[in-house]
This record gives sequence, C-alpha cells and structure tokens, in this order.
Amino acid sequence: MSQQAFEPKLVGFLCNWCSYTGADLAGTARMTYAPNLRIIRVMCSGRVDPQFVLKAFQEGADGVLISGCHPGDCHYQEGNYKALRRHRLLSKMLEQFGIEKERFRLEWVSAAEGAKFQKVCNEFTEQIRHLGPLSWNGGKKNE
Amino acid sequence: MSEKPKVAFYWCASCGGCEEAVIDLAEDILKVVEAVDIVFWPVALDFKKSDVEAMEDGSIAVSFINGAVRLSEQEEMVKLLRKKSQLVVAFGTCAHLGGIPGLANFWDKESIFNRAYHTTPSTDNPEGVVPQEKSTVDGKELYLPSFFNTVYALNQVIDVDYYLPGCAPPRDLIMNAVQAILEGNLPPKGSVLSPNKALCEDCDRNETKPEKLAIKDIKRPWEVILDPETCFLAQGVICMGPATRTGCGQRCITANMPCRGCFGPTDQVIDMGAKFLAAFASILDADDEKEVARIVETIVDPAGTFYRFSLPTSILRRRKLEGK
Repeated sequence: MSQQAFEPKLVGFLCNWCSYTGADLAGTARMTYAPNLRIIRVMCSGRVDPQFVLKAFQEGADGVLISGCHPGDCHYQEGNYKALRRHRLLSKMLEQFGIEKERFRLEWVSAAEGAKFQKVCNEFTEQIRHLGPLSWNGGKKNE
Repeated sequence: MSEKPKVAFYWCASCGGCEEAVIDLAEDILKVVEAVDIVFWPVALDFKKSDVEAMEDGSIAVSFINGAVRLSEQEEMVKLLRKKSQLVVAFGTCAHLGGIPGLANFWDKESIFNRAYHTTPSTDNPEGVVPQEKSTVDGKELYLPSFFNTVYALNQVIDVDYYLPGCAPPRDLIMNAVQAILEGNLPPKGSVLSPNKALCEDCDRNETKPEKLAIKDIKRPWEVILDPETCFLAQGVICMGPATRTGCGQRCITANMPCRGCFGPTDQVIDMGAKFLAAFASILDADDEKEVARIVETIVDPAGTFYRFSLPTSILRRRKLEGK
C-alpha cells in the first residue's frame, strides 16, 4: 500500500460528559476535521477496559484514542485519573508487543473544546499517516 | 480386550512438571490404574505413534495433553490424539493458556535460534550449526519437525473438551476430574475444572487488605522481606490474585510468594493481562502525570509479568512479526 493511499483507521473512546460533547460541539459548529476517527461513546474514560484497546488493535485499528474530562473535572470524581494510569502502563506494555506508543493517545477534551477536538483528530490522523499502517498480524496459525 | 476405559497422556512444549503431577498422585495413581487402561504415555510406557495410529477412531476415552504447541510434530500428535479420543483434556497451564513456553511469543523463530545456537554465553558452536528441517547424513535424508514462529495453546490447534489449570495442576483437581470422567458427571464442554472465582476470594490474607489499596512504590519480591500474613499488594508487591482463578490451594501464597497467575483468568475475562493491568493501574497512588510516569517506570516488564502464563491466549497473542 502506498503512503498516499493509506488512510489511518482510528478508534476513539470518548467520555459522555466532556469529550463526546466536545466532539458534538465541533460538529454543530461545522468545524471540519479528518474523518478517520471512529467514535465510541463511553460513560467515562475510566470505563475503557484495556481489553477494548487491545481488541481495537487486533481487529485492525492503526491508532486508538481515549479522551476524557480534564483532571479534576471527572463526572465520577476520579475515572480520568484511572484512565491516565492505565494509559501510561498500557503504553509501556504495548511497546513490548511492537506497537509504538504514538499509536495510543490520551487527551483531555472538555465539552467546550470543540476546537481542541478538531486539532486532536487532525494531529492524530497525520501522526499515524506518517507512522504507516500497523497491519496487526499476530499469532495466525503456522507462522 | 479389557472393558476398562482407555486413557492416553501426551506432552508437548512443557517442562515435565505435569508428568510429575501425575506421579505425585502417589497411592491415588493406583486407583486410577485400577479403573482405566493407560494405552499411551511416552514418558513412562513404551508405546509408539504407530500403536496410536492402529487404534480405532474414538477408542480412547480421554487424552490428557500437557504443554503448548510450538513444533509441527506436536501439532501432528495432538491432531492424531484428537481423532482417536472421545475427550481431550488440556492438562496444566501450558496446554490451557500457552504457559511459560508461550513467553517465546515476544520473539520469533529467527531470534530464538540466534540466541540459542549462537549468542548464549554457554554456546560452543564454532561452525555455527543450526538444526535443519531436512539434512543429509551418509547419503540418507533426515528430517526434524518444523519450529513455529508462534507458540499455541492446545485449543488453538485442536478442539478441547476440558481444561485442568495450574502449573502443575494440583492433586485434588486431577482426582476430581478423573472421578467426574469415570462417573460421566461432567460440567458443560469447555469448562475449566476449577472454581470460577478469583484467588483473592479464597486468600487467607484477604482480611489484611485495606479498604482502599494505594501503591506508591512497587517492590519486587527479592527487594523486601515479605510479611507472611499481609496482602502482597498492600506490601507493594505485584500479586496476580485479583485476576487469577482460584483452586490452586494457595500454594505460592502459603510459601510467602505472590500469585503469578498460573491458573489463568475466570470465565468472565478474555485477556488476563489487560484485566490485571486495569486493576493494578487503578490502585497506583498518583494523580499527577509525572508521578504516574515515575511509578510506571519502576514496573520492569509489565507484559512478561501480567502475561507470564497466558500470552498465546491473550487478545494480541504475540509481539508483532516484523515484515510479515
């Protein structure tokens, strides 16, 4: 696949209270941004089970984004802190599997930050486009 | 011909500890031998592959297979045993989850051969000889099994009916399984023959676990003198208990060593390492990015620790194979 033809497939887990609303704001304000992120709404960034992230990579995602409320703003007090700790530890572990840490991103986007959501989507898409496809191939029979 | 049910034992990529576990049944093994005919057991009895091939399909009541599958020979043998057996039991962690040999999935054939035959300090191989699948000696062609890039758990190669977990499975679980098979009193196909709850629920140290665990400094077992009664996580030592199925009889815990997860996850969990990571990260005592980074830095080998026994059956299964 040529670099030109490669369109990154990105999966985004967005929290209901801040980031999903922020993404919605970007939409209602008619901001344009890269269409590569497939958004999954979760109630809290702390709800994102690391299994979801691994599953996304295993099924063909080139990058995974978790986005939640800014520190101190979590609707459930401390879900985003759990997301932060899990993200850092999982990033380190993913590198041991040969998945670059740039492919797994954590961002704080508030309900008012439509423009930040736009920027995150564009940046992440370009970063992964530059990095190339992950082409996960792990563990098929007779390798 | 006797009317006793026929039983086979086989080993794949394993250490021999599972065979030990059978021997460790001690006098109970006499009860087993009284009730069944052992028709194949390479470690103890002199039957050959051709003897198995000569049996009718489905004539073996149950095959207990231990070890992971990493060679074409093992794949061939387990497929043969599957054909000849009514039931196949994955015996022990390696057959169940991939086990310690499964950690080789962080490498591939080339890097493993390079390490084993060239770069280990104890290797004496000046001519750089590496095993070949086909070679000619004195005009005769010799063959060796092929070595896969990836280690597989048994159910990734053949259909498996039951799983006996543990490294190695403890005696009471083995005897319960044998009895259940003899009496035809078996749970649904695919069951792991051990209680479906976490080790912490049975752990004697559970009472010493604080209401809210919070770890600031992670210690490895050799870095501290461990209190013999306090929860390991409360002592800052990684213990896989929260993510591991119970039934082991707390063998490690009573020896004052934390759980390393050989029983695998409970039925509710797909990926043991990810689930443990989620639980463990959430008890790290830091909200500040720098402090989180500092603590994470002290976890030396998260993938090898959290997937110590279960890498081949994890969601990702292995490290990415470059260029393939």
